[in-house]
Amino acid sequence: MSIETKRPVLEVRNLSVSLPSGADRVHAVEKVSFTVSPGEIVCLVGESGSGKSVIAFTVMGLLAKALKPTSGEILLEGENILAADESRLRELRCTRMSMIFQEPMTALNPVMTCGEQIDEVLNTHTKLDAAARKAKIIAILARVKLPEPERIYGSYPHQLSGGQRQRIMIAMALVLDPVLLIADEPTTALDVTTQAEILKLIAELQDGQGTGVLFITHDFGVVAEIAHRVAVLRWGELVEMGPTEKILSRPEHSYTKMLISSVPSIHPVHRDVRKDGPTVLRTEKLGKTYSGSGFFQKARVVKAAVDVDLDIRRGETLGIVGESGSGKSTVARCIARLIDPSEGKIFLGDTEIATMKASKLRPHRRRVQIVFQDPYRSMNPRITIGESIIEGPMNFGLKRDEALARARKLMETVRLDPNSLDRYPHQFSGGQRQRICIARALAMEPELLIADEAVSALDVSVQKQVLELLDEIRVRLNLAVLFITHDLRVAAQICDYVAVMSKGRVVEYGSAEQVFGSPKDDYTKALFAAAPGRNWEFGKFAA
Amino acid sequence: MIDFIVRRLIAIIPVLTVVAILVFLMLRLTPGDPAAVIAGDNATSDQIADIRTKLGLNEPIWTQFVIWIGDMLQGNFGESFFFKKTVAELIAQRIEPTLALAVCTLIFAVGISVPIGVLAAYRQGSLLDRVVMGFSVVGFSVPGFVIGYCLIYVFAIELGWLPVQGYIRIGVNFWGFLERMVLPSLTLSVGFIALISRITRASVLEVLNEDYIRTARAKGLSNRVVLMRHALRNAAVPILTVIGLGIAILIGGAVVTESVFGLPGLGRLTVEAVLSRDFPTIQAVILMFSVVYVVVNLLIDISYTLFDPRIRY
Repeated sequence: MSIETKRPVLEVRNLSVSLPSGADRVHAVEKVSFTVSPGEIVCLVGESGSGKSVIAFTVMGLLAKALKPTSGEILLEGENILAADESRLRELRCTRMSMIFQEPMTALNPVMTCGEQIDEVLNTHTKLDAAARKAKIIAILARVKLPEPERIYGSYPHQLSGGQRQRIMIAMALVLDPVLLIADEPTTALDVTTQAEILKLIAELQDGQGTGVLFITHDFGVVAEIAHRVAVLRWGELVEMGPTEKILSRPEHSYTKMLISSVPSIHPVHRDVRKDGPTVLRTEKLGKTYSGSGFFQKARVVKAAVDVDLDIRRGETLGIVGESGSGKSTVARCIARLIDPSEGKIFLGDTEIATMKASKLRPHRRRVQIVFQDPYRSMNPRITIGESIIEGPMNFGLKRDEALARARKLMETVRLDPNSLDRYPHQFSGGQRQRICIARALAMEPELLIADEAVSALDVSVQKQVLELLDEIRVRLNLAVLFITHDLRVAAQICDYVAVMSKGRVVEYGSAEQVFGSPKDDYTKALFAAAPGRNWEFGKFAA
Repeated sequence: MIDFIVRRLIAIIPVLTVVAILVFLMLRLTPGDPAAVIAGDNATSDQIADIRTKLGLNEPIWTQFVIWIGDMLQGNFGESFFFKKTVAELIAQRIEPTLALAVCTLIFAVGISVPIGVLAAYRQGSLLDRVVMGFSVVGFSVPGFVIGYCLIYVFAIELGWLPVQGYIRIGVNFWGFLERMVLPSLTLSVGFIALISRITRASVLEVLNEDYIRTARAKGLSNRVVLMRHALRNAAVPILTVIGLGIAILIGGAVVTESVFGLPGLGRLTVEAVLSRDFPTIQAVILMFSVVYVVVNLLIDISYTLFDPRIRY
């Protein structure tokens, strides 16, 4: 029997959800219709603000009070959820429909054991006695492939890793075999190898039980990996829906085409052979050891970076890729001397700065500038962007009007209106803010620009623009760029050279083409194998 | 954990040493002859000389301190010239009403403020929330004796439900004891209810925005379970901290409340001792209150671990 002939577990008909007055648009979701059949995974894809999470929360009845469904129906196995009262909704949650969330680190109550938290579900919705409940919980913990279910049962969330916590969430969601599972960006906060495992687990479990899955994501790699059908959302409207293969390879709507074309390819672009510019940065056996020692505590030693040798020439981009905790940001921070390295040497041009005293270091600070990950938090919200940009140069002796002239020029470089220098950060979008951060870094006329996950918080279409901008600036100013990222696709597109880090060490280092084309190290291979949608070449469509 | 407790107990020593030095110096630095001060206004010069020898005031100051602290450590707080009893006896007599008042006040305060704080957070912006917040401003700003006299006027004089003043020992007549405890504890707890309900509301509000509250609701739990089991326990640490700090205010408040309601407790003893310049008694009371304060806060710190498993000492 094909999927289409079964009655859908979820039918959303003509759903509209209104935003509170004063928002940038009237509806969070407007006239959206789609279905999810048993055993089917439907992906809702869209950029931030597309309304995809609002749909998920409307189905669960967990919308914030300010948002109100204004029209349409949501049928869960034929029952209209929008007409159900609060107590009926509570009965349905976790028994017929369940939800897992983006942040496994914060989605579990920190002061209750994992077992207790799953037990709550059984205690609320079933009449099982304590022994039967415990047996059921141990069984589901084993089913989500957690090691030592008995131990995990008594563990607190903070004792588990992110991937393990997401498994607990999945166990909790599926313990009563609901017909519908809603997964709201469940792997976005996880490392790529963990992500691959969780995606596989979700697909296996839903296939075995015939669960319908509504999977929300912004990542087309994940879509290619897991979805049967895809619905593309923009500004609360469903622009296109169809089978995954069709949407990814033959999109019809111009927005879908633009989105898919923006997905960076995992195959590196061909770059020219090594430039013979002077070396801007070189590290020798760079290491950073954290030792937490209190008065009465046992000393804990963490080697965040060990024996890191890197070099970047003028006009080149070196990427450091790795998972969380691999030490890539530690290396960046050591190079910028935001933290002091514990071993090794850092040469900035001919100057060794690893052990330089703070007072002597000051003139060299100008030469290395950083763009950080989160453009929402890396600018002082209480001063204008103009002041933010000129603060650095003025600190190094530039006159105010000269600094302002430079700022205006830089605003043009990053393609923003020079007349908006007197505005505040909150008046700009995420992508614009990241451009401002780049302008601020460039205002110091650095020799080395460090981008620490600088495009990770951005939507894919904005990400593409910022990446192009960074590359253009590198060429135009002949800058050396150190690009830190966890995203292999991004690294493939922007880096000349790539260093793969794992557990504080560089495990593979070479040209991007060589590392991506024929990885040698086992860890690198595993990392690439885990990249979602690696077998899918996202086409470039004319919009 | 045991480690932690031992370390904290050791840490009490320097704190109390500082308190002891200040208390000791308080008497020595008072203008005039401490012996004359202690002996009172009507003492003869023989009596003063006698006291001076007794207190060892003719010794150098360091020796005096060592003798004094040795006495304190043995529970020998000296003799009250005003009350004609040993200070230890005095305190033993007066401790029950104060202890009873403190315990009743805490029960009232926590029992009322935590639930209304949680409700105010849950119904943020509602009438109930505004009433609770309004009450807490009033509770902070009206002095204890005003509240005390108002309560006496309404409940004791106009309605005649409860006695106006006085104290009956708990062992003598339990019902009479309770009757006489209600108004003083209510009076003293008003400020606490204001303080704790505000903190409870703030910290529960913060917790209600957490992801795990959303998870709890997605499980189909009732609002009551979400609030009491998931939100309140996570909000507990700041609330406990304020309760601990509140014990200090409580001791200060007891002085006023005991005077208003005629309770023969330590608060009134302190007032009487101060008014009659009865230094041995004042010293002993200050020392005792500091010990209580330090120990209570140690207990509060230990209780954090009961509420939050991430806190390990």
